[in-house]
Amino acid sequence: MAEPNIYEISSPGRIGVNLPECDVPESDLPTELMRDDLAMPEVGELQVVRHFVKLSQLNYAIDKGFYPLGSCTMKYNPKINEDAARLPGLAQLHPLTDIESSQGALYLMHELQNWLAEISGFSGISLTPAAGAQGEFAGILMIRNYHIANNDSQRDIILVPNSAHGTNPATVSMAGMRVHELPAGDDGNVDLEALQAACEGDMRDQIAGMMITVPSTLGLFEAHILKVVEAVHGAGGLMYMDGANMNALMGVVKPAELGFDVMHYNLHKTFSTPHGGGGPGSGPVGVNEKLKPFLPGPIVDIVETADEEDDAPLYGFVMPEKSIGRMKAFHGNFGMHLRAYAYIRVYGDSGIREVTRHAVLNANYMRAKLMKTYKVPYPRYCGHEFVMEGHLEGVHDIHALDISKRLMDYGFHPPTNYFPLIVPEALLIEPTETETKEDLDAFIDAMEKIAEEARTNPDLLHNAPHTAPVKRLDEVRAAKELVLCCAPALPGGGD
Amino acid sequence: MSYIPHTDAERQQMLAEIGVTTIEDLFEAVPSSHRFPRLDLPKPMSEMEVAAEMLSISEANDHAQDFAVFRGAGAYHHYIPSAVNHMLLRGEFYTAYTPYQPEISQGTLQATFEYQSMMCALTGMDAANASHYDGATSLAEAVTVAMEVTRNKRKKIILSHAIHPQYREVVRTYHQGRGIRIVGDRGRSDIDGLMEMLDENTAMLAVQYPNFFGQIDDYTALSDACHEVGALLVFVTNPMALSLFKSPGELGADIVVGEGQPMGIPLSYGGPYLGFFAIKQKYVRKIAGRIIGETVDADGQRAYVMTLRPREQDIKRERATSNICTNQGLMALSASVYMALMGKNGLQHVGKLNYHKAHYAANQINALDGYTVDMTKPFFNEFVVSCPCPINEVNAALLEQGIIGGYDLGQDYAHLENNMLLCVTETNAKAEIDVLVEILGGLA
Repeated sequence: MAEPNIYEISSPGRIGVNLPECDVPESDLPTELMRDDLAMPEVGELQVVRHFVKLSQLNYAIDKGFYPLGSCTMKYNPKINEDAARLPGLAQLHPLTDIESSQGALYLMHELQNWLAEISGFSGISLTPAAGAQGEFAGILMIRNYHIANNDSQRDIILVPNSAHGTNPATVSMAGMRVHELPAGDDGNVDLEALQAACEGDMRDQIAGMMITVPSTLGLFEAHILKVVEAVHGAGGLMYMDGANMNALMGVVKPAELGFDVMHYNLHKTFSTPHGGGGPGSGPVGVNEKLKPFLPGPIVDIVETADEEDDAPLYGFVMPEKSIGRMKAFHGNFGMHLRAYAYIRVYGDSGIREVTRHAVLNANYMRAKLMKTYKVPYPRYCGHEFVMEGHLEGVHDIHALDISKRLMDYGFHPPTNYFPLIVPEALLIEPTETETKEDLDAFIDAMEKIAEEARTNPDLLHNAPHTAPVKRLDEVRAAKELVLCCAPALPGGGD
Repeated sequence: MSYIPHTDAERQQMLAEIGVTTIEDLFEAVPSSHRFPRLDLPKPMSEMEVAAEMLSISEANDHAQDFAVFRGAGAYHHYIPSAVNHMLLRGEFYTAYTPYQPEISQGTLQATFEYQSMMCALTGMDAANASHYDGATSLAEAVTVAMEVTRNKRKKIILSHAIHPQYREVVRTYHQGRGIRIVGDRGRSDIDGLMEMLDENTAMLAVQYPNFFGQIDDYTALSDACHEVGALLVFVTNPMALSLFKSPGELGADIVVGEGQPMGIPLSYGGPYLGFFAIKQKYVRKIAGRIIGETVDADGQRAYVMTLRPREQDIKRERATSNICTNQGLMALSASVYMALMGKNGLQHVGKLNYHKAHYAANQINALDGYTVDMTKPFFNEFVVSCPCPINEVNAALLEQGIIGGYDLGQDYAHLENNMLLCVTETNAKAEIDVLVEILGGLA
């Protein structure tokens, strides 16, 4: 039975909160400016609670089970981080509080900046971008403005591998620049010859830089990464690393040391801040000395050094001298900064290294076992994720989609489907480090059973899921009829 | 380590299955010259110790639990009903991700659909997306939509100076590579002045309602003026004010954006917040960001799904309307729960509490020697106070008595030296307001 929508359980006169009475003399309301109606729900408190509890129970979540969504890093979201976020001194702090009155928050942000710098090898960090895509946007704007400052404004091309996450080319367009797509070689890495040809050919002086994910979106460490960096730098371009896959790199390599000029982090991937059903994220950027003046602001810095009597310096906000500007109001998703801070604090130097070691161990274990049943196009050691093809030899008409939907009946969230685009029927699997061997074995077992079902009883897959709260949806109808609001309360809603 | 559950025995079994001796063997493709660097981070800490440290950090801040807050300027201290937090703490909501697999994400999808519906009801628009990062970035995205609608043939954007200063900075950051001209906000043009700037090269005109100074301007002539030249009319608004005042839809808006933080989201030192974006039906296919639609499943049961996906970055790539991927999903849920609990009756009641308390404070302060409150236009819960001394001195005196005072407008507007923007909400008891007034009076 579907849960009614909030308007359908409304009844005129109901309210879900006990509010105080007015304790001041009332003023006249400007009646000619007031609205006549307010078509909002009217529901009692228990009824609202039941409504949302029931809705929550329709969701799959990390807290329920294995969630191997490649490229998303669905690791455990520690509860201590949630408690910390709700401390009044953090949750109830106004963003425009004077700096002297927010030294706790500023100290935290400053420490986080330092730790993210240490892990990446970069010297400058800005915590302001609100998500990975915003971090990418900041990075590309910094590259653009760097070239303009060096009288190289003709550099408006960004090289992007064809395996890139969609946000990469979309970001380049947002910055008013052009994408030049690079093919992958047979080994899944960037085709080095194609790259070198681009960097030495006619386009050379127009190349602003390159965006690349490390390990790649296929989960593979780019074998010739140093040559890739050399080629782009040689053409006068800068190197941007999409840091979505940092879970495979912490304590293994520092992107700055490989020659990258700028990268973004995804705190809601690598640093366990919760995914929240679609967000919020946080996408801090790291840069080397070259790009430091261009960082999006404001950043946290020591604005007054500690004097002899007082141990603590004064932290405050600073706008870098050639900053690309403000990415959003205030100074970033502080609620995510504090969670990442607590996360890094628990793990420490040795622990952060263990995160990557076990993320990569888990992924390789799954790859080794699943490649006995499914085609794994790049069978060498992977990073924290790997891609396999969601179809089976001799079995027509079974696609990655069908396998994914059938996985739900086994109680699992499917892997990422159809990404990266360069692998047919792609299933991108990222277990993360917080899963046990038993959990991985249970998933592998389900995948093997599904492969068998594909041969013996394919309709089980075609009509899956059978046990989820709803069956497969009519997405064509959704786009055609476009019902985007509850009806009948509102215009734009359906009948 | 509680988050990483592997035992030695399991590690050995797994390594054997892979065919390597150590985990380090798996990193052979990483250049050896740069492999396994030192990480200069602090030592690990137990949960108990981290909890103590977070508490200590939190106590080094002056916050709304301990201080009376009279500061708004884009972030508002409202009471958040307990039930909101309890719903947000449900792991099924906050540890889920983007509803790519709708069959097992109906909770997120329906809650978001309801959020979209309620935002449409508040703003008077036909469709709303599932969120942008905040009010400022929503406005920046509105510019992109206006450019799209006018087929990239118009290069002029008019912004009122009475839009939040940081929002206008963000619009400039976002569009610095796009060759557009942003005008209207370097001076102090009023609504009439802005309308005079409209021409055939204008893609969009944006105003804030209530404006950054808390005032409600006369917006009634804007719709005709904009539409006559084919420009889009955009309102930046505070949803709490819309509990009482006419919706921007009624005023002829094409797009309504703003900050949803007042709807059940804590101050949290500036984020995560909630950018809402609502639009008229005719432009809905230009909207950026995720949007949830209603449909049915194979059994004919009503269900919800992300729709109009080809607009988004994963499909359109460099031709996408925006690069946005992760949005503010959990904050949209917070707003959904808040608006469901408060509903029509609660929002109207709290709206009035804000209005009456702000007017009470404004009248009391205006009566003080040395202080003037700008009452030339109607206002909701914020107003400008001209003070007899610099705002930092006023706020220092207030802070000593446990009050966080108004926002120093001189920081952003040269003509508003010694003026502060004061905000009063339902969280400010009469006694608090009276103390505020008394301290101010003592400074003149």
